Amino acid sequence: MTDVLDENLDDANVFAGNEDAVDGDGHGTDDHGHGGGHHSSLGLSNMKLAMWLFLGSECLLFGALISTYLLSRARFIQELLAGNPNVTSTMPDFLVEEFQEAGSVQPLFDIPFTSASSFILLMSSLTMVLAHKAVHEADYRNSKIWLSATALLGSVFIAGQVYEFTAFYREGLTYTGNLFGSAFYTLTGFHGVHVTGGIIMLMSLLVLAFRGKLNQDRAETVELVGLYWHFVDIIWVLIFTIVYLIP
Amino acid sequence: MAITERPLALPSGDVVEPSRPMGILARPRNAANWLTTVDHKKIGIMYGAASLFFLLIGGLAALLIRIQLAVPNNSFLSADAYNQVFTMHGTVMVFLVVMPMGAAFANFLMPLQVGARDVAFPRINAFSFWVFFFGGLMLNTSWFLGGGADGGWFNYAPNNGIAFSPSNGIDYWNMGLLIAGIGSLTGAVNLITTVLNMRAPGMTLMKMPVFVWMTLVTQFLLLFAIPVLTVAQILLASDRIFGGNFFNTQQGADPLLWQHLFWVFGHPEVYLMILPAFGIVSEVIPTFARKPIFGYPFMVFSGIAIGFMGWGVWAHHMFVSGIGPLSVTAFSVATMFIAVPTGVKILNWLATMWGGKLTLNTAMLFSIGLVTQFTVGGLSGVSHAIAPSDTQQTDTYYIVAHFHYVLFGGALFGFMAGFYFWWPKAFGYKMSEKIGLWNFWLMVLGFNLTFGPMHILGLQGMPRRMQTYDPAMGFNFWNMVSSIGSFILAVGTLVVLYNAIVSSIKWKKAGRPDVGPDPWDGRTIEWSIQSPAPEHNFDVDPAVESLDDFWHRKYQPDEDGKLRRVHTGEEIAQPGNGEGVHLPAPSYWPIVLAGSLPLIGYGLIYNLWLAVPGGIIMMMSLYGWALEPADDLDVDDHHGDHDQDPDTDHGEPVLETV
Repeated sequence: MTDVLDENLDDANVFAGNEDAVDGDGHGTDDHGHGGGHHSSLGLSNMKLAMWLFLGSECLLFGALISTYLLSRARFIQELLAGNPNVTSTMPDFLVEEFQEAGSVQPLFDIPFTSASSFILLMSSLTMVLAHKAVHEADYRNSKIWLSATALLGSVFIAGQVYEFTAFYREGLTYTGNLFGSAFYTLTGFHGVHVTGGIIMLMSLLVLAFRGKLNQDRAETVELVGLYWHFVDIIWVLIFTIVYLIP
Repeated sequence: MAITERPLALPSGDVVEPSRPMGILARPRNAANWLTTVDHKKIGIMYGAASLFFLLIGGLAALLIRIQLAVPNNSFLSADAYNQVFTMHGTVMVFLVVMPMGAAFANFLMPLQVGARDVAFPRINAFSFWVFFFGGLMLNTSWFLGGGADGGWFNYAPNNGIAFSPSNGIDYWNMGLLIAGIGSLTGAVNLITTVLNMRAPGMTLMKMPVFVWMTLVTQFLLLFAIPVLTVAQILLASDRIFGGNFFNTQQGADPLLWQHLFWVFGHPEVYLMILPAFGIVSEVIPTFARKPIFGYPFMVFSGIAIGFMGWGVWAHHMFVSGIGPLSVTAFSVATMFIAVPTGVKILNWLATMWGGKLTLNTAMLFSIGLVTQFTVGGLSGVSHAIAPSDTQQTDTYYIVAHFHYVLFGGALFGFMAGFYFWWPKAFGYKMSEKIGLWNFWLMVLGFNLTFGPMHILGLQGMPRRMQTYDPAMGFNFWNMVSSIGSFILAVGTLVVLYNAIVSSIKWKKAGRPDVGPDPWDGRTIEWSIQSPAPEHNFDVDPAVESLDDFWHRKYQPDEDGKLRRVHTGEEIAQPGNGEGVHLPAPSYWPIVLAGSLPLIGYGLIYNLWLAVPGGIIMMMSLYGWALEPADDLDVDDHHGDHDQDPDTDHGEPVLETV
């Protein structure tokens, strides 16, 4: 592992996760001829370790949100079936009847539509991998293509979510109306915010790429954004299964 | 960190020009400025100073409580004011005093103990401090903007809803702690990375000082506990600000959700407050008993065990919430089990002192104070694990006695030991032992007078959080004793500030005599550098061969196998020559970015338009931060530094990205 090279990676990494790094010379190895190749105790760059830790923390964030959603939806259905007027008055009658008939919130969802947008998001993980591979191999033309593709696919997913929210709102499910509305929009909205953050990072990388600054030695930056992007995708697989597929 | 301009050799023989650093904005030049510093030692000191500042606020609130309760039917505070005072007392003490005091030691000490130049991400470190500090300030502005939070520090739903608490106090509680929590999270990522990745050569995990281990466990607890609290706060903000329904019982919501989320965070929180103090006394006691810590692996693994088991005991805060007999039994048993690793620690400290040549100075006395008083608090804690007993005690002063014995008698006494012990390393002079003894004995007396009687009051049935009581209830005598004790305790605690100032003045008058790198004949490598610690920490990477490495370099066995001193600390200490060392440069962006968050917080409370400038500043500072060159100030001077042949300098350079 070379100190010099990694320093430059560290310098480059500022974009990915807004960070700086002292490792390399932070230990003062080459200033004092200590040598020995001591660089990082685990042999993993600080940035990557930090990203994994951050994603571990994010797991608990989404874990708590998903638990909240499951509890809230169960409570909502229970009250709805019991005919609690505080709950039934928050939605138009046809939606109440549909929910009561099905005994779940499934009638609200357009599964084919959301499946399509989920597929699009999952495919963006593939293009992300290709983008990283391209930068790693100094294939700067393809790196721009794949970064753009990833950002575009992510944006299509977000557009789908905006459309979906609008449609649900028009059907009568509001954020302030009842427990299910609050929980659904909060959970999926939080995920949407995470995807949007990822798109912003990808766009920032693209700007670097077009200015010729996204060189091979910054491949780790792309990899870090990729880690975040894949994590957000995996979370969506969970959310899609729990929210949309399991009644 | 120097930027290397020379081409790098790749395995294939190709040559790649390293990318230019992306800097477009200037970095501050003045490394001594506290506002822009990224030096972990300065940040640690700022954490300490800020926590002492908040300690004054929290302590003042505590005294108001004790004045109100000194006599029955007192009307010193109204019921409403009393609610605010005890809520803010708890919140400030937990989030803005004990937690940052642990962070102060972790920041100042941990990099020194692992032999690192700084933490892994110095600018994020500065950001963590500022965001904690601004969050704490924002929380406390509520005193002047419509009153503080009044729902207790645990802030149970649905009591925390608009219907029951219409003032903005709970919104401030919510936003202030949400913002401070961001600092804890970034700090946790940073410090874990530092411990795991930046250890000195030879320092394997099982050669790390116990304090470093406890810091690691603490930061992992923070890493996973903070997001759960964040979710609870987001749900509360949604309900209070945007009209959500998460705790709206009329819509069928389950208010127990708050309790579960809060205590899933809250119980690890308890351990992450006490573990740094455990780490501190695990350094102090061996030094002054002149023996290695007894059962080092047990100390480490019991700390890790506490870290794991701390996640499985949260519902013992909820035995009377109607969670069902099965849950109660499970959590009751788990809570009894978690006393085991804690007991292991107590035993090991005692065994370390056993047969040692004890030096009973202030730092050691405070450590013994922790061991003793924490044991009392731990025992009353075990009595809460027994659910029927807890049903009787819950919401009485018995609980108040318990957690003050572990948090004040435990954690804060440990931090005091740490202040006295590492003061010379931070500031270059020792605090006066004479005043220190006053400090200790006044605090022990005041502490036990204040909180000892609360055991009795609690068992008599005096409820917590009530602003007064009837004279016929028989609570009069012990409440008066407790109130008198609280003033002794307040004076005793202030003595540490007095001591710091007086000792500093004396030291300056005496012409700043050098206290020496190793004033206590210490064991760990932070004593192998000059005092106060030079800005660059270590001149060269310390090579670590064993646990208590510095001690083993000073003392070695002679031919009879007896330990003899072969060096003094002064002889083998590093001279403090930082020539040629690159340090991370200071930066404006951490404080600017941190400053933008309370603006957004105020915006969410009052008017979303107010959040817009906050959001703009935030985005600008994120990009400013990212575009700031990450190298040091004198990068231009060092272009010639790396003129050796790359192959001999760095071995075979490999472009290593997965």
